[in-house]
Amino acid sequence: MSMRLEQGGRLIDRDAPLDFTFDTNPMRGLRGDTLASALLANGQMLVNRSYKYHRPRGILASGPEEPNALVGLGQGARFEPDQRATTTELFDGLSAMSQNAWPTLGFDMMAVNGWFSGMMPAGFYYKTFTWPQSFWKHVYEPVIREAAASGLPPKEADADRYEHFYAFVDVLIVGGGIAGLQAALEAGRSGARVLLLEQTPHWGGRAPVDGVEIGGKPADAWIGETLATLEAMDNVTLRNRCMGVGVYDHGFALGYERLADHTPGDGQPRHRLWKIRTGRIVTATGAIERPLSFAGNDVPGVMLASAVRDYVVNYGVAPGRRTVVVTNNDDAYRTALALIDAGLEVPVIIDPRERNDGPLARECMRRGVQVETGAAVMKVKGSKRVEGVMLCRANGTGGAGAVLDCDSVAMSGGWSPVVHLWSHCGGKLLWSDEHAHFYPDDARAPTGADGAAFVSTAGAASGCMASGDVLRDAARKGGAAVGAEPGEVPQANDIEEVPMQPVWVMPTKALPELRSKMFLDFQNDVKVSDVQLAAQEGYESVELTKRYTTLGMANDQGKLSNINGLAILAQSLGEEIPQVGTTTFRPPYQPISFGSIAGEARGDIFQPLRRTPMHDWHEANGAYMEPVGHWRRPYCYPKAGESHADAVAREVTATRTSLGLLDASTLGKILVKGPDAGRFLDMLYTNKMSTLKPGRCRYGLMCNENGFLMDDGVVARIDEETFLCHTTSGGADHIHGWMEDWLQCEWWDWKVYTANLTEQYGQIAVVGPNARKVLEKLGGLDVSKEALPFMAWSEGELAGIPVRVFRISFSGELSYEIAVPAGQARALWDKILAAGGKFGVTPYGTEALHVMRAEKGFIMIGDETDGTVIPQDLGLDWAISKKKDDYLGKRAQERAHMVRPDRWKLVGLETLDGSVLPDGIYALGEGMNANGQRVTIGRVTSTYHSPTLGRGIAMGLVEHGPDRMGEVLKFGKTDGGTIEARIVSPVFYDPEGEKQDV
Amino acid sequence: MLILTCPYCGIRCDETELAPGGEAHLKRFGPGSTDEAFEAYLFERENPMGVHFERWRHAYGCGRWFLAARDTVTLEVFGTYKAQMPEPPEEIVAAIRARRPEWEGRA
Amino acid sequence: MSDAARVTAVASGAPAAQVDCLPIQGMITLRGQPTEVAEAIRAATGCGLPEQRGIVFEGERGVAWMSPDEWLLLMPQEMVSECLATLAGELSSSHHLAVEVSDARAMFRISGTGAREALARVCPVDLSPATFAAGEIRRTRLAQVPAAFWIGADGAFRLVCFRSVARYAQDVLENAASGAPVGFFPEG
Repeated sequence: MSMRLEQGGRLIDRDAPLDFTFDTNPMRGLRGDTLASALLANGQMLVNRSYKYHRPRGILASGPEEPNALVGLGQGARFEPDQRATTTELFDGLSAMSQNAWPTLGFDMMAVNGWFSGMMPAGFYYKTFTWPQSFWKHVYEPVIREAAASGLPPKEADADRYEHFYAFVDVLIVGGGIAGLQAALEAGRSGARVLLLEQTPHWGGRAPVDGVEIGGKPADAWIGETLATLEAMDNVTLRNRCMGVGVYDHGFALGYERLADHTPGDGQPRHRLWKIRTGRIVTATGAIERPLSFAGNDVPGVMLASAVRDYVVNYGVAPGRRTVVVTNNDDAYRTALALIDAGLEVPVIIDPRERNDGPLARECMRRGVQVETGAAVMKVKGSKRVEGVMLCRANGTGGAGAVLDCDSVAMSGGWSPVVHLWSHCGGKLLWSDEHAHFYPDDARAPTGADGAAFVSTAGAASGCMASGDVLRDAARKGGAAVGAEPGEVPQANDIEEVPMQPVWVMPTKALPELRSKMFLDFQNDVKVSDVQLAAQEGYESVELTKRYTTLGMANDQGKLSNINGLAILAQSLGEEIPQVGTTTFRPPYQPISFGSIAGEARGDIFQPLRRTPMHDWHEANGAYMEPVGHWRRPYCYPKAGESHADAVAREVTATRTSLGLLDASTLGKILVKGPDAGRFLDMLYTNKMSTLKPGRCRYGLMCNENGFLMDDGVVARIDEETFLCHTTSGGADHIHGWMEDWLQCEWWDWKVYTANLTEQYGQIAVVGPNARKVLEKLGGLDVSKEALPFMAWSEGELAGIPVRVFRISFSGELSYEIAVPAGQARALWDKILAAGGKFGVTPYGTEALHVMRAEKGFIMIGDETDGTVIPQDLGLDWAISKKKDDYLGKRAQERAHMVRPDRWKLVGLETLDGSVLPDGIYALGEGMNANGQRVTIGRVTSTYHSPTLGRGIAMGLVEHGPDRMGEVLKFGKTDGGTIEARIVSPVFYDPEGEKQDV
Repeated sequence: MLILTCPYCGIRCDETELAPGGEAHLKRFGPGSTDEAFEAYLFERENPMGVHFERWRHAYGCGRWFLAARDTVTLEVFGTYKAQMPEPPEEIVAAIRARRPEWEGRA
Repeated sequence: MSDAARVTAVASGAPAAQVDCLPIQGMITLRGQPTEVAEAIRAATGCGLPEQRGIVFEGERGVAWMSPDEWLLLMPQEMVSECLATLAGELSSSHHLAVEVSDARAMFRISGTGAREALARVCPVDLSPATFAAGEIRRTRLAQVPAAFWIGADGAFRLVCFRSVARYAQDVLENAASGAPVGFFPEG
């Protein structure tokens, strides 16, 4: 049944038919249609089932406030749930699926919920599904989720491109209706950079639909001229299909541009998220019409009066053939006139006001429409479609009255300014008794970095309901945004309107049976009776009532339900609406896509991946990589058919018996230079660095001011004034920042400069008994024990490549760490591999590194430390200077808790059966603690299979540990069993350190 | 999303270019200090609704630490200044007093 | 730009910006006091001391202001050793730090009419021609990594970032450059 009218439709192109499907049914619309207008044109009023009761729902609105017409759009990699039909532009091939109905939209099994709706009042879930506790996770929640499901998540990766754009402007104007355009004119004339956003594809907002004339011309003509003027201004940028969705502190705002929603796959980004910094914001966001609360106000075919007008005027679509208008204000009379102009029937206008002899009412009567004042809709007849309305007196209880056949109802409860963007950053509101709405209080605007107001509203968003007022307000606000007086403002042809009269429940004394069918929040199925119940049960705060009843939550964000719900709450509490207040408006105004939030950050560039100079070699040679911060490091290099554990064992053994090679480029390398460099490092490290001789290396520990160990590494003294500090791989940036913090903020008169050279050098550790031989083979540098002893460094060339060689060892073997300019690191790596062939040179990964350091009892930051461990806990007293008056962390390490004798201290652990202790496992003590938990006396910090010793080895922190050598502890496993391990020295391999010092 | 002007390079920094560093003007207590003084240095922090002084690092820029005086409720920024100041400089104090006459000064 | 013009720009197909990874650029980080290093910088590069956030060039050599006590000296890499020696000589009695960082960085050239828009997609910087022009270096955030950029003598942007994230930076820049024109900047 086509509901497309023969005439009219200012936004559609009747020569451009478009094919689309709804629930796989083929349908046809026109270019310029929204999905909603196209569905209506095809007679498809029923579009959804409600969230809780699965009641049939139709299209209610024509804009982003639509609560019902949410559909799944697209397919496969372009499927997206919860898309509003009213803001979806139709395109050829569009496919839409209804949501929340099972098995079909027309016949929904879950609608039984509606029969029992009396048993599912506000707080039903909270009250009912509380016991037994375990049922919540396994029974209640899955069932409720299934029953109350909205759209399904997409299953495929998103096919589209999304991007961000940082825009800096002087004035951002949100909303391209006549207010936004007028404000932009004023702001643009000043030469300021102006960005004007309009959420729809069309400029001018409602004015053309409402028949407004501006400056003696039809609104469309004025809009066209104004756009031309603005487009000619270089300093003004216009963006339609771009919604201002959020206002944040210090003039930050988000614009959500939908470039390709209507042209999928055309190569444009689907969405662009504008990250806007602006001096001033003018929100010309208009107003939203409120529903009226009468029984059955959610039956498909009941629509907002302004939406009915939009469909007729903009799209040439009749929501119904015979429409009853019910309104408490004069604006909806325009809908009656628009319907009659389109040749449609309006049997009656139901107006609860006692009398109406205003010009709009008179015109309606002149056109033959009956106007019933002092009247109300008692209830709507019909379930999947309006079949008629029952009339009653406006101030009664809703006794049986006349029945009137109709197929649609146009309702209007008045208009509420869209104050969301104004409120996002704290703009306050005032209550208007005249219009029964909240409007912005200019005196309490959001303030910015300079303490001045940075948001203002213009037009209907300010609460101006007449077009002339709208233009004057917009001109004033647009000018004020640039500190200018407004120029001449065109006149508008406003028709006098009779004051509206707030009607919160229709009829005013409606009995419970009616109140329980009056919907406030259509999306969340919140009814008048739910809010009244919440008030009865003591939910007096509007914020609590919102959460108890779900009023205005999720997609709605208070757009349709806010004022009506507040009014009911206020009535129930016997208070005035302004005393009850509103809930908090939070961004985004409308849901935005996850893709737009992610922008470019997806796939390969989801996050930065740091690569060492040898990264490509690792990948080409089968390395299994692991993340270390943003770095990727080889964990091991498994050969074909080899498990990771086997590979690690092979790498360890090869290194200990002959020659291993490690890419250590990720180590932090910070140059510290100046006359005060030694003094500075003495403060940073627990041990004394100022006594280090040039040419020598020393291992050092860094603590924070809490005394806890935070980083470690080898410091090499380059010359009298210069030190090179190595940090952990993950700690380079942090430690550099830490150094600069102390130098800039505390010891700013010390003469020290730092430079982070981590990325300047690749670093290769050449490790094992044959390490010296391979370097000698490369030639160019004396690496003998005499020339380059343990804990010394030397500079020169190896195989013609400039290097700095450090004789330091993290494995316990003879070891050289070679720093080389990053650009030549790969070349040196290749040369060492070639020269090492005869020694069976074996690249090893981070796991072999860990195993070898654990065999030697070397601690690892992040394993043995966790932010609560001081160096003394780790037996590192030898690296803590007793002679220094001060170092960072020293004072903290003197605190009572830090010197307690029963602190857990580092020991080695060996299972009695030789197995590997589970990581992080706790040693069990006697008895229970105050919380009824088993007392623990230690924990495992590192645990590995040692291929060298052929058994499990571990390190751990144990109460009085070093005094308990040989003692056997029980460790509690997660399966309830225990495992026994003996306390031993943490140095499992070469305790005398002979192998590294050869 | 704050904007703070780095007093070293003059850039109006987006908050995402900055790293926060907690309260400003802390006095370091080291060895020899009392337990009370040291504890206060480590843990006791102002948490005012209103005028506050804090440390920021221009991490994605010149790398400098600087200090900012701002209102924690309205987010009004009274000024930013160099980190080597034991106390807020006079012009910052004057800017605060001009906007917050009731301000009683730093605790 | 009007809707129609924007669609035309997309239809033409060519990305509005091009990203090229440049060969290694000689770089020295110099830290010191401005009054003490000015002469040394002139001797090493031929350039005067740039203003706050400034970048100046003299032929193949240049100097960028990095912070109140830090400069980035640019020169062909083969000149780095000589420049370091010059600096060491000139500054022998001044507290300073001078070190080569050529290998620590990667450098890109972003050219074409869409270069500003490409950067504006991933950097929180006002890139309008009136605000950012040749002669300034801007240290900022490129998506998720630190970077710095300026406009070269050829009118194209130069961007440096750390070496380890060179591929990330290149991918991000190419992604940004491949976008359809936004039409925000006057020339865009």
